[in-house]
Amino acid sequence: MIDLNTLTILNARKSLDAKEYSAVDLAQAYLDEIAKKNTELNVYLEVYDDVLTQAAAADARIAQGESCPLLGIPLAIKDNILIQGKKVSAASKILENYVASYDATVITKLKAQGAVFLGRVNMDEFAMGGSTENSAYGVTKNPHDTGRVAGGSSGGSAVAVAANMALGALGSDTGGSVRQPAAFCGVVGCKPTYGAVSRSGLMAMGSSLDIIGPIGKTVEDTEIIFDAIRGQDVLDGTTISQSSSFKTQSSSFKIGVPWDVVNQEGVDGAIKENFTQAIKKLEASGCEIVDVSLPNIGLSLAVYYILMPAEVSSNLARFDGVKYGLHVDGKDLLEDYLLTRGTGFGPEVRRRILLGTYVLSSGYYDAYYGKAQVARNVLQREFADAFRTVDIIVTPTAPMPAWKIGEKGDPLSAYLADIFTVTANIVGIPALSVPSGFVDVDGKKLPLGIQFMAPHGGESVLFDIGKKFFGE
Amino acid sequence: MITTADIEKLASLARIQVSDEEKESMRTDIESILAYVSQVKNLSVETTADLSSVHNVMRDDVVTHQSGEYTEILLSAAPAREGDYLKVKKIL
Repeated sequence: MIDLNTLTILNARKSLDAKEYSAVDLAQAYLDEIAKKNTELNVYLEVYDDVLTQAAAADARIAQGESCPLLGIPLAIKDNILIQGKKVSAASKILENYVASYDATVITKLKAQGAVFLGRVNMDEFAMGGSTENSAYGVTKNPHDTGRVAGGSSGGSAVAVAANMALGALGSDTGGSVRQPAAFCGVVGCKPTYGAVSRSGLMAMGSSLDIIGPIGKTVEDTEIIFDAIRGQDVLDGTTISQSSSFKTQSSSFKIGVPWDVVNQEGVDGAIKENFTQAIKKLEASGCEIVDVSLPNIGLSLAVYYILMPAEVSSNLARFDGVKYGLHVDGKDLLEDYLLTRGTGFGPEVRRRILLGTYVLSSGYYDAYYGKAQVARNVLQREFADAFRTVDIIVTPTAPMPAWKIGEKGDPLSAYLADIFTVTANIVGIPALSVPSGFVDVDGKKLPLGIQFMAPHGGESVLFDIGKKFFGE
Repeated sequence: MITTADIEKLASLARIQVSDEEKESMRTDIESILAYVSQVKNLSVETTADLSSVHNVMRDDVVTHQSGEYTEILLSAAPAREGDYLKVKKIL
């Protein structure tokens, strides 16, 4: 028996290389766990039928003495990342039976390493949401309290790792979609620097914000997956070359805390308490803590909910019932479009498309989109200034623990949960959510997370402070 | 102030059919979201969008694959086709 509870990518690698068990044994252990839990938690939309074949191919490579970090490691893939020949739906009815025409670049890289793909996991439709309640295929449950949401939009990816239904996972993060579910489920999630990971083969949501990010049980595991998927790619012109200029000062960090943001109204008392403890812990471990001022950070959420829907309305224009995906037949071509998009997209996707159409329409463009672009530049400058005096900026990952399924009925109240995470996407900097303890709610222990942010290209600093904080 | 007529206009521009019942809930949702995001108008700093860090990414204008290499895999995803064409209703 492989003890999945204590298993990490790092020690699975050692066991696989030492032939203590095979990649097939490991994959089978995860398939068994998925079979036990998936009906209740609703994590996998599909478990692939070739998992053991993939694992056997990894075993053949291991037998030849090959070793690379993810060879034979079973991973869960968010349902918006393309694997050629496999269904991929973005948890939407409009792509229910769509089969990917090509591999995403991250998949090509993971295949080269010999990673084993267990299946595609649930998410908010087209990554729009923070709870997976917007999936067309039902909500994913939080393993710490099945009456609560897993977070989102990469809820399936976070639960897969938290509930031992995968050893690691890929998610995507446009405004917190990797970090917030990681915090809600007690695992580690990384949103890399904008452009650090290719988005070729990731279904586009907000193209100036989107990035693929890894989720793991430990900071080290998360770093291993990040190292495997990062890098410049000719298929994504926004990718950047790997910067090696970052010096790591693993002994002591200067950490900035924007206290006025953390202490604002709407942040749960338990979050403030947990965050204060986390800061004390960092201080005790030798970090220098200073207050940082980011005067316009309060505008982040407003900026995000203008830029993102604007980009959504443009990106999702491609779903027309002609090239691929759902087609609903009407009396003429116009009605084909109206019916296909009206019935294929769920309520939140329709809402964001209309909102984006509004902020981009003539007469409103300057007041909303134009102003948001300027605010984005201001925020980028404020962060650049702050990073001249500190190595890292830290906040809680989310302003509350996981909420009850169905609790946030109106969209705006759900959007407010993104208050700490959207800024990193607007500014383009990397951010890492690391578990920071638990809060007791209704007799259940709900995980919380702390978010570290570093300057562009500073992932290594995040992994260093993350390991230090998490005791790795 | 967003009206039901505004929602109809947006839905028509976005090519999305919205039911009468949903028009009203969309209207109130979008109105409250717009009220929230309108705070960008309070931005204290007077500045213009800075594009200095943005640059074009170009590649050589050369053929990178054989003609027809991806035709079948892409067309096989289409809801309706005729030979190597996507099939749509006539528009004239």
